[in-house]
Amino acid sequence: MSGPTRTLRRYAIEAVDVRRSYSMDGMTVEALRGVSIGIAEGEYVAVTGPSGSGKSTLMHLLGALDRPTTGRMLIGGKDTATLDDAGLAKVRGAEIGFVFQAFQLLARTTARDNVALPLVYRGVGKAERRRRAVAALEAVGLGHRLTHRPTQLSGGEQQRVAIARALVGEPRLVLADEPTGNLDSANGREVLNVLERLNRERGVAVVLVTHDAEVAARATRLIRMHDGLVVSDTEKGAESVVERGGESGGAGGVAGGAENSMGNGVGNDVDDAAETRT
Amino acid sequence: MKPWEAFRLAGEALRANRLRSLLTMVGVIIGVAAVVVLVAIGGGAKSEVENEVEGLGSNIVFIVPGKFQFGTTPSLSPLRLSDVQLASRIAGSAQDVTAVVDSGENVTAGQNNYFATVQGVTQNFDVVFNRPLVEGTYLTAADVTTSARVVVLGANVAATLFPNEDPVGRTTAIDGVSFRVVGVAQGQGSAFGVTQDDNVDIPVTEAQLLFGVNTVQSLEVKAQNPSQIGALSNQLVSALESEYTGVQFSAVTQSQILGTIGKILSLLTLVLAAIAGISLLVGGVGVSNIMLVGVRERTREIGLRKALGARQRDVVLQFLVEAVTLTAVGGLIGIGLGLGTSAAVGAFSPLPTDIAWWSPALAFGVSVFVGVVFGVMPARRAGRLDPVTALRTD
Repeated sequence: MSGPTRTLRRYAIEAVDVRRSYSMDGMTVEALRGVSIGIAEGEYVAVTGPSGSGKSTLMHLLGALDRPTTGRMLIGGKDTATLDDAGLAKVRGAEIGFVFQAFQLLARTTARDNVALPLVYRGVGKAERRRRAVAALEAVGLGHRLTHRPTQLSGGEQQRVAIARALVGEPRLVLADEPTGNLDSANGREVLNVLERLNRERGVAVVLVTHDAEVAARATRLIRMHDGLVVSDTEKGAESVVERGGESGGAGGVAGGAENSMGNGVGNDVDDAAETRT
Repeated sequence: MKPWEAFRLAGEALRANRLRSLLTMVGVIIGVAAVVVLVAIGGGAKSEVENEVEGLGSNIVFIVPGKFQFGTTPSLSPLRLSDVQLASRIAGSAQDVTAVVDSGENVTAGQNNYFATVQGVTQNFDVVFNRPLVEGTYLTAADVTTSARVVVLGANVAATLFPNEDPVGRTTAIDGVSFRVVGVAQGQGSAFGVTQDDNVDIPVTEAQLLFGVNTVQSLEVKAQNPSQIGALSNQLVSALESEYTGVQFSAVTQSQILGTIGKILSLLTLVLAAIAGISLLVGGVGVSNIMLVGVRERTREIGLRKALGARQRDVVLQFLVEAVTLTAVGGLIGIGLGLGTSAAVGAFSPLPTDIAWWSPALAFGVSVFVGVVFGVMPARRAGRLDPVTALRTD
């Protein structure tokens, strides 16, 4: 099931010299300038970097929300660059689970039906959807909150509902974008505990995008980004820096110490929020 | 996504904004109700007039001078009472031919006064036109030959002139001339104020004296059965045209009158329905407007759904079904309102109504169509939203 690999690892998702540029007021802005990384099945990865480093863009590409301008983006063996919108939607539904900073739960819908939502788009019948949603909610410790609406739940509980929703479709990869950003530290820790337990028990890969060094430190692998490039990629436990991909001109996995900021090609300071899309 | 899931989502979304949904529907409700009511009134008018024309008597051919066109009154008739004999020879029966000369006149009895259509007729007019009496006798052949001053009153005339007494044997004055009442005709009802019940019948010979004419306006010939009408009409017209060289005659049948009236009323109904349709159109624009607001409000929801695997067509279907559900439910409420109003108008106002089976069906079809037409644009806009941008929206 995993895509072509260049290393001994089985990759759930692999980016090969991925670039993504946007047109902004007639100017072309490069948000990603050649990134090659592979996420193995069951891995727990944190992606950090300052605003405008391209980490959000990378997350959109990993989540099949967007296509690279050039390069190959392999999700479950499919190159998303070649897929149409319906194909991308199918990949998202089948392979990816999203956890957002702002939870993104439907306000008037119960926890159970929020969790069941992705299954609607996979043509799963209502009874089966509910059964699987209940199982997912039990897995995040919310078996007693099935018919509560988001407003009746604490922030931490809401984010756990969102995690249940991300997992209900049994994806290859869960992408979490600042999952603790809207939570206090106790709730944040609880949410990370749940995420880590599911990663361990179910073997689902987790990619966590965060500003928070403390959160990032809990992952087993840390990818740092700057100016649209991966500047370091380290695995915990091993002091060695693992080099990945990057056989094409991209400055992707250039080896370096944890604090090594390559900073080659000063380039534009791309601000994610300023990206324009059509 | 399975198609029926879209209906479930639409139901949830519309229930979540009950008041807004209802107010959005109002335009469609009013439009559909107006179409149903106006078509019912148009249909009622049509069937009432058709009944009325049929009530004139069956299989009757009207012979009038000139080229017949609906709505014009032929004048300067050359026809004479003696032409009744000519027509009787062609029809093969004197019983089935009558002649009419009429005029609007004041009819009085004591203090009471009625402006009636005074028609001079022959003694068999009541047979040709099926005009039964409630009391007394009809005009006789002797009345016609002697120009007797006797009169048969229509139901309304009798009721007005003699509210508290038996009219038969009493005296009325027509244009100042005294007439003895010999009979009262049975009431036949009215359509649009036109009714036989406003007529009074006097002998044609006396009418000619009263109006100062020596002609009659028309001959009425009753065919034995409908299949003879065509041949009888041609024979009558050609016989009269050779009798009166250079004068054109027309044979008018009830089916022609029915056809003409039917065409006019159908057109009228169509115009009324089209005017009502405009409010349906305005209702559709309202639906479109609210759907656009809904798409904007729910941009994040749309982004989320897409992130969770919804395809463009799933989102388009969701919003399109929502718009169609709005107009279809509005259409059903409008049909109910329209049927109720039609029934009330028929029962409590002088306007007759007749609900055609097709008008609610058509109104429902049109409201669904309006939902599709005005829902497509907002739905496509929702479907095209980019998930990344949509999720970032506040």
